[in-house]
Amino acid sequence: MTVTPMAAPAPKAPGAGPRGRSRRSPLASIGLHATLIGASLIAVFPIAWVVLSSFKPGQWVQSSELSLVKEPTLANYEYVLTQTNFPTWMLNSVIIAACTMLIGILMSATTGYALSRFNFPGRRHLLMVFLVTQMFPVAILIVPIYQIMAALGLINTHASLVIAYLTIAVPFCSWMLKGYFDSISTSLDEAASIDGAGPFATFWKVILPLARPGIAVTAFYSFLTAWGEVAYASAFIQTDDRFTLAYGMQQFVPQFNAQWEYLTAAAVLVTVPAALVFLYAQRHLVSGLTAGGTKG
Amino acid sequence: MSTATATPPARTSPPPPRDTRRPGRLRRSWDKHWYAWVMVAPVVIVLGVLIFYPLGRGILLSFTNLTEANQLAEICTKSITGSEVCKPNPSAWEVVGFDNYVDLLSGRVGEFWRQFGVTLLWTVSCVVFHYGIGLGLAVLLNRPLRGRGIYRVLLILPWAVPAFVSAFAWRFMFNEQFGVINTLFEAVGLDRAEWFADWRTALLTAVVTNIWVGVPFMMVTLLGGMQTIPSEQYEAAEIDGATPWQRFVNVTLPGLRPVSMTVLLLGTIWTFNMFPIIFLVTGGEPAGGTEILVTGAYRAAFEGIRNYSLASTYGVLILSILLVFSVLYRRALRKQGEVW
Repeated sequence: MTVTPMAAPAPKAPGAGPRGRSRRSPLASIGLHATLIGASLIAVFPIAWVVLSSFKPGQWVQSSELSLVKEPTLANYEYVLTQTNFPTWMLNSVIIAACTMLIGILMSATTGYALSRFNFPGRRHLLMVFLVTQMFPVAILIVPIYQIMAALGLINTHASLVIAYLTIAVPFCSWMLKGYFDSISTSLDEAASIDGAGPFATFWKVILPLARPGIAVTAFYSFLTAWGEVAYASAFIQTDDRFTLAYGMQQFVPQFNAQWEYLTAAAVLVTVPAALVFLYAQRHLVSGLTAGGTKG
Repeated sequence: MSTATATPPARTSPPPPRDTRRPGRLRRSWDKHWYAWVMVAPVVIVLGVLIFYPLGRGILLSFTNLTEANQLAEICTKSITGSEVCKPNPSAWEVVGFDNYVDLLSGRVGEFWRQFGVTLLWTVSCVVFHYGIGLGLAVLLNRPLRGRGIYRVLLILPWAVPAFVSAFAWRFMFNEQFGVINTLFEAVGLDRAEWFADWRTALLTAVVTNIWVGVPFMMVTLLGGMQTIPSEQYEAAEIDGATPWQRFVNVTLPGLRPVSMTVLLLGTIWTFNMFPIIFLVTGGEPAGGTEILVTGAYRAAFEGIRNYSLASTYGVLILSILLVFSVLYRRALRKQGEVW
């Protein structure tokens, strides 16, 4: 594996059309591909290593001998799926993330639309508030929310986590959906209003169906946020049968006697479905993010 | 972060200040904008109840000495007859003013300044590498190139992995006895490293993990930004005889400015508050040496005797730091003529 320094091939005009390739010297071409191959290897290696390790028996996972696969086995998966609470944790995570996603999207869709289309007093402030909420460290909200949940008797319930995750998901979803609505031409709104549709009908009948990809992507993103959250899950949930994956998996690697072989298998089980959908959705995700970020 | 670029079809000119006609200004504003306000109402209510109310409580908490031990206002004991007798808790929590801030900032309690230093080191190194590597890869991927789609998918993969899984994966690879990184070190003749014995190497493992986790986001966002730069600008630069490097500096970088400014600000904020990577990769080892402010606050709140008020104090300080940073950042941008 040769990793050439990042700046080795001189940056050439992006988007310069097909001329670019023919004009690149063979050396620059090699450097370019070598850099990208090196970077791809670094990107893929940890994932590949965990996947490979998940098929090894425990003693080879925890051995300093370098081996790709040795005595491949499915025993780790079998153990994780049948002998631990992993399936329960998975179900908990699915329930919590799905509720967060649904409630978050339901609430933020109209807000994103209003922010994108109407210049109402308070609009700038609201956008500002969304940005500021991104700055809120988990530390400042976690204790008050914990106390409120404790007062309501919701500690160790799924509801407490859903509510906590809404504080993360709602501002972010609104922000991203605004960006997506910005990318839908306003002439559609105008046409609808000439046809006599009010703002709500326009939103519901014309814009919402067009925004389905954006909604799907935002929904997925909020799902993933809840799926991977650690701090609230560690603080609010106390019994084994209510853990989410993010917290439950810590059970495999306690200070002493860590069971890395089970952890790797669990990691693969957690990642594969999420990653497949992610890779499917990422193109839209990015356009929504950049649009939301660059247009006020 | 708002400019007036956002396509308002029903643009409202701000009402002239001296206008005394009946229905009042508020009323007319309501008539004109009620549907917009109704649309944003659910989110505003949720933000108020779930974020600003707890925020207010958190700020108030930071002025008390509330911990797990003194949170009860009354202590109730069951007597033999089964009835409960409640007495006021003699050592119940009370308002202590700025004591928490003084304790924390003077170092009497916890290690605020050390954690602050680690947080700065952590944030700066992560963001610099995120942006640098992300920009480099985006430039490479933005040219005509065989296999571009494959590279793009491979390079995005780390983003598809939930952060906590990435954290576990890297801790597994950095394991001192059997981790693959030490094994590779040995294979090329280097010494095995005791990654978690020294705070510097331990922090390095977390930084490496976070760079791996965060580069795809930067790369993809910057790539998206590059594709919005009109190609005429490159053609014009080429006609003027600009070298590739000059084109990069004078066309690409300025064209990326709006995207860069946003992702750098967000990236800084996110990294500053990045909880799971530190918490799961180093766990603050060795002996709290790699604790950043957010994980320090978490430990104050939920480990040992839970010191809720101290954790809130941390929270207020972290938020203040980030707010000051954002304001300065915006001001610096404005000075450079960026309307943002």
